[in-house]
Amino acid sequence: MTASGTSSNQSLLYRLFNDKELRSVTIQVITMALLFAFVFFLINNVMTNLEAIGKGFSFKFLFDASNYDINQHLIEYSSRSPHWRAAIVGILNTLLVAVAGIILSTIVGFILGVLRLSSNWLVNKVVYVYIEYVRNVPVLLHILLVHGIVVNTLPIPKNAMMAFDGALFLTNRGFYTPKPLFEPAMWAVLIAFLIGIAFTWWFKNYAHKVQDATGKIYPVFLISLGAIIGLPIIVYFLAGAPINWEYPVLKGFNFKGGLVLRPEFVALWLALSLYTAAFIAEIVRAGIQAISHGQTEAAFALGIKPGRTMQLVIIPQALRVIIPPLSSQYLNITKNSSLAIAIGYMDIVATIGGISLNQTGREMECMTIVLALYLSFSLMISAFMNWYNKRMRLVER
Amino acid sequence: MKLFKTLAVSAAVTLASTSGVVNAGTLQDVKARGELNCVVTTGVAGFAAPNDAGRWEGFDVDFCRATAAAVLGDANKVKFVPTTGKTRFTVLNSGEGDLLYRNTTITMSRDADLKLTFLGVNYYDGQGFMVPKALGVTSAKELDGASICIQTGTTTELNLADYFRSNNMNYEPVAIETNEEGQVNYLAGRCDVYTTDASGLAATRGTFDHPNAHVILPEIISKEPLGPAVRQGDDEWADVTRWVLNVLIAAEEAGLTQANVKGHASKAGSNVDINRMVGTEGDFGSMIGLDKQWAVRAISAVGNYGEIFERNVGVNTPLGLARGLNAQWTNGGILYAPPVR
Repeated sequence: MTASGTSSNQSLLYRLFNDKELRSVTIQVITMALLFAFVFFLINNVMTNLEAIGKGFSFKFLFDASNYDINQHLIEYSSRSPHWRAAIVGILNTLLVAVAGIILSTIVGFILGVLRLSSNWLVNKVVYVYIEYVRNVPVLLHILLVHGIVVNTLPIPKNAMMAFDGALFLTNRGFYTPKPLFEPAMWAVLIAFLIGIAFTWWFKNYAHKVQDATGKIYPVFLISLGAIIGLPIIVYFLAGAPINWEYPVLKGFNFKGGLVLRPEFVALWLALSLYTAAFIAEIVRAGIQAISHGQTEAAFALGIKPGRTMQLVIIPQALRVIIPPLSSQYLNITKNSSLAIAIGYMDIVATIGGISLNQTGREMECMTIVLALYLSFSLMISAFMNWYNKRMRLVER
Repeated sequence: MKLFKTLAVSAAVTLASTSGVVNAGTLQDVKARGELNCVVTTGVAGFAAPNDAGRWEGFDVDFCRATAAAVLGDANKVKFVPTTGKTRFTVLNSGEGDLLYRNTTITMSRDADLKLTFLGVNYYDGQGFMVPKALGVTSAKELDGASICIQTGTTTELNLADYFRSNNMNYEPVAIETNEEGQVNYLAGRCDVYTTDASGLAATRGTFDHPNAHVILPEIISKEPLGPAVRQGDDEWADVTRWVLNVLIAAEEAGLTQANVKGHASKAGSNVDINRMVGTEGDFGSMIGLDKQWAVRAISAVGNYGEIFERNVGVNTPLGLARGLNAQWTNGGILYAPPVR
């Protein structure tokens, strides 16, 4: 009995290490166990050490008054507001620069990408040099450079550069424009805008049906443009131009009133956009080149015009190649916005992860919050881009 | 097996290095290491900044050196850890530094909530404002609507918010990470005003091409007692560092200088205060885990408080700061060191 028991034990041990399938399971189990043990050890260590110096892990400080001011706040905020409100101000500032950056970098990137393929030698080479220069210099330097240019070359408010007859003031404290103040009649314009969108949606389907049935092609783009932009403009003037403009006025040290784009925002926005645009340009170029030239020739042979060839044949296929790497550029722009701290733009890292952290001494808590926020922004962007990618995917028939 | 060994060793190393973070016995650690890790600023002229040759110099730096001289017998056995306003406490609390001498204002929340132990005051300061002379501003009360550059992570941004709120004025804060960048923004006209402790303003102005084109406004809007700190929970180390600071101040009061300290130490004189400090009477060094010569080494390395002050920030330096509050209590100041006895 004893002998057989030992032998079966031996055989189990033997099999755990020598049976190919069991061995791989064994190794995986051991690796996971070690990994968990290591993570547990790290967390436990931090907890023990924080406990030992008497700093527990608590988020109570979020409800205390922050006691500091923030220059750019999209929501109501003062030094009396709690820390969580400062965090939201930071989140909104991060999102503002990320979204504005994504839009501008996409537009500039697509233009550069197409120009890069231009048969005009000069245009082609200028874009090539631009892309190579921008891609090979760290983005932090771009940010500092643009900020330096804005702050050092533009005049102080007293000598502000005026453009468009007082509609725009350029200073090194920011770009000031009049602020629209809406009157109640503005609702009519908004409704006209919504009607325009609804009409466009209906008209697009209608035009599609007509084309399928008769082959007749409507100028969908122009008519849509007229409906979405033209209709609200007509209503706007019919309603007696229901917008009052609040003009910025120089009062004491600074301009008062109006809308302001601060130099920190402008520098960060431009630097991030122009930097990321260089990468997007390369992605767009690669995407277009990935479509065989035979496709264009085939479309021409069928008598399709060059514009519609691009729109119906090349772009839909190129997008499939472009979208996945484009998503990671969008993620990069969001994450790179955390470099804002270098020039004093008040994003999440500067507010909750900077001043709040420093004034309360809650490093672990603040960093956890910042980490979780960036993670969720990135996951949301990924999810959206994956959804879009699925929509654009090749549908096999 | 090799992999397991590597893992075991790395785990042991991590355990050893991280569990060393919070412990008593910093004095033993420093002695064993043979080097004092002193947390200072990234560079404020006169207080702590590397000179042309890369050697750290300044008011705070000298206190670090005095501590190293007392503990290790050599004023050069100091590793300076430069930190921003934001990173200083983390660096100290994580054990990367042993002692913090970084123009740090003593406040209740820092003492209690950030788990620091402050050792005393080495510079009595207050927050002030600097503006270009061309603006024609003569009082801080005229600053309504101004753009103000502040160094982030300091008590200054809290004082600023309080001051403007209590005077019903508005301002645009421009939060800057380091003193150098603050200067750049201020000189470029991004801000009308630069604010920090009055001593820092003097230090900053001293580095400008045209210092006379800028004025420091008369209002001092806060109390900023600047002092050194150590981690909370190591009383032995706090005692050592506190008494090095005290003895440097007491030495000035007693007339003990860098030049005459060795002479006093050679034989007991008639002044019992001096005798106790230089170790010819009693054995005060052993009470803090050092020897009898601890204060002699500290004073002969950098001089007494007055000598440190005049050499780094005094009226004959580019900073040109008067002693003011920082004079001895016998000379109309509030510097008052507890006696060594």
